[in-house]
Amino acid sequence: MKPKNLLKILLAFLFVFASTQSFAKTIKWSMQGDSLTLDPHAQNEGPTTQVSRQIYEALVTRGLDMSIGPQLATKWKAVDPNTWYFYLREDVKFSNGQKMTSEDVVFSILRAKQPTSDFKEYISTISGVKAIDDYTVQIKTSKPNPILLNQLSNIFIMSKQWSTDNFVIAPQNWDAGQETFSATNAMGTGPFKITLREPNTKTVFKKNGKWWGDVEHNITEIQLLPIKNAATRVAALLSGEIDIVTDAPVQDLARITSSAGHKVESTPQMRTIFLGMDQAADKLRSGNTGDNPFKKKEVRQALYQAIDIEAIKKKVMRGLSEPAGIITFPGVTGYTKALDKRLPYDVDAAKKLLADAGYPNGFDVELRCPNDRYVNDEAICTAVVGMLGKIGVNVNLFAQTKSKHFKELKDDQGDFYMLGWGVPTLDSHYVFHYLYESGASWNKVNFSDADVDAAIRVMEGEVDLDKRNAAIAKAWKIVRDNIAYLPLHHQVISWASKTNVNVPIRPNNEPLFRFSSVN
Amino acid sequence: MDSKNLTLFNRIKDSDIYFSFIKSPTAIVSTVILIIIFFCSFFVEFVTPYNPFDPSSLSLMDAFTPPSWTEDGLAKFILGTDGQGRDMLATILYGSRISLIVGFSAVIFALVLGVSLGLTAGYFGGKYEMIIMRFTDVQLTVPSILMALLVDGIARGIISRELHDEMAIYVLIFAIGISEWPQFARVSRAATLVEKNKDYVSASTIIGVSNLIIMFKHILPNIMRPVLVIGTIGLALAIIAEATLSFLGVGVPPTTPSLGTLIRLGNDFLFSGEWWITFFPAIFLVILAFSINLLGDWMRDTLNPKLN
Repeated sequence: MKPKNLLKILLAFLFVFASTQSFAKTIKWSMQGDSLTLDPHAQNEGPTTQVSRQIYEALVTRGLDMSIGPQLATKWKAVDPNTWYFYLREDVKFSNGQKMTSEDVVFSILRAKQPTSDFKEYISTISGVKAIDDYTVQIKTSKPNPILLNQLSNIFIMSKQWSTDNFVIAPQNWDAGQETFSATNAMGTGPFKITLREPNTKTVFKKNGKWWGDVEHNITEIQLLPIKNAATRVAALLSGEIDIVTDAPVQDLARITSSAGHKVESTPQMRTIFLGMDQAADKLRSGNTGDNPFKKKEVRQALYQAIDIEAIKKKVMRGLSEPAGIITFPGVTGYTKALDKRLPYDVDAAKKLLADAGYPNGFDVELRCPNDRYVNDEAICTAVVGMLGKIGVNVNLFAQTKSKHFKELKDDQGDFYMLGWGVPTLDSHYVFHYLYESGASWNKVNFSDADVDAAIRVMEGEVDLDKRNAAIAKAWKIVRDNIAYLPLHHQVISWASKTNVNVPIRPNNEPLFRFSSVN
Repeated sequence: MDSKNLTLFNRIKDSDIYFSFIKSPTAIVSTVILIIIFFCSFFVEFVTPYNPFDPSSLSLMDAFTPPSWTEDGLAKFILGTDGQGRDMLATILYGSRISLIVGFSAVIFALVLGVSLGLTAGYFGGKYEMIIMRFTDVQLTVPSILMALLVDGIARGIISRELHDEMAIYVLIFAIGISEWPQFARVSRAATLVEKNKDYVSASTIIGVSNLIIMFKHILPNIMRPVLVIGTIGLALAIIAEATLSFLGVGVPPTTPSLGTLIRLGNDFLFSGEWWITFFPAIFLVILAFSINLLGDWMRDTLNPKLN
């Protein structure tokens, strides 16, 4: 090759390189797991919602400060305690250019109420929804609902036309392993649209040019590249391959901070990690005693008191966790410091409780854990196995990827499992409705208490805040005294990014790329 | 010399192999290292007071203790502890026992399968030989680690999860063994082809000795030299294959870690400064595989008549 030609080629490369550097602003985003599905109503799970939130929008939404504000609806009013009117923006278009009208809102709310939807519990009090005109929607509730707006902020609006054309009028039946068009494609009104979807490998979001809002970001493209292995994820960040990691491993924060080109931000996350024990089964699936020890409260308390949460905090979480007494956290209606106090760590008391309950030699059980969902989830479980071994409970750990873990839990296969719970509505009702109500979809410990169920009804329909708060306090006391679950800790999340990438950290771990910038 | 009057020890002492052995420092050093490793791994209960497989004996507060000679180290944990408070030295020795068991069993499996197929193929010839040899050709085109991954994947599909943890070690032995047998088959077939035309074989045939006895009693001892050489090198390969599979997470379950599993678990702490969790198992694996390889090299040089 002649030197002249070589020079030309080099110049061409330089030009291409320089131009992509200056015009395209791409954020490469990584976390340990991927969104489970793009269907916005099929799975109520953190990373899944984090992805949907960039593409889809709701009637109202939480801003950077976590307060509720308008999104697709500009204003709303309740004409009587059970009838609400929402007035929609008139300039909203879906990313395929089609206008959004009240028909789409009605369709989406009804879609989210269908049996295959994982969001039906959010809006179970909505009894009717109809379009008054093109830009006015009337929502009727079965009883006065003080947290309707909080709940609606998580119901994403889809296009009726697009859903009909692609045969996705009903949400994907995720629990049954159904595959639909909407699971791998998304079309919403949000600031970004998805142009490539390879589950667990790569998802590409491009700026939606038809978005109605004022563009505050300067991003043309987002790439979501999940990397399961913690060390690999950090290596990718430090080498510049990744721009932001929204679940930086706690053990590597010091290393990332010491790098000149990177920064770390931490905030207490709105998520509590806990263990569940099936209290209804007659016989543990993985047990050796022929009965179900978890039916006895003494056994549950023994397990509780055998867990040295401070050791987990110090060694596994490196200080970045807050030991929990209940499955909710500061900022949620109904949370108090007194409720959040744990039973003391006491191995001898635990052994005695176990012996009193009739299991002086302990028992066998399998602990199910995700290994790519929560901060150090598998390491926490491994630590718990050792701690329970000290009181004679022989725990066999089974850790697997989150999609299988959640699916098998929903399939009632867990005796003893780890789960984490966030509260998007910032109201205790959400926790009770999903985790404690008899027969609730995530109540896989099969806890059932008539007083708690009654209190949940009060939370749904009581507008007198004092009475409502009393019901919440009562319900928390019952479930706490019953040891329905074993709370572990409130998670602290850390985001690590390049110094020139600004994505505001939020306590629900949801990045809002529409407020982000790359310098 | 009347060999019948000599004891076994004297026979060994007078042999060429012994002479060559004491003349080779590499062989002596690697043998000593291997003996120490084997002894410590198989009698680990007497070597160390810790049992890393018993979760109730661990204390999480001991986790991440650095090696004893560093500033924060504790004398009772010579090589430090891992993220769960397990003593690294004990964990490595327990882990190397699993690695050695898997390695040996896999090589023996591959040797038995490969030699019996290679020997019969070389002896009988014809279509049978052609089929066996084409099989080895096909399998040699597939990288052995890929083959092992394939076997493991299929086993995971057909064995229920409850059984899988118990079966994992057998699956691993089978997976590694099945990926290594063609080497043995080819070598033993080539050696058999040379041997079967020798006079002692013809003589046996003439006096009516059965094929089976000729093959396994007369030919087999004469082809064992090259087979043992590739067997030794194969052992190092099998141990590394086991570590690779465990590092990829398809080997033995993390509750009974082998060397590869330990390296994988320690890998998460590479950036956070807890280097000893992955470094010591890795260096141990290197020393182990290197020693076996050196010994194999020496055996090849000694046992190969062409080099003498």
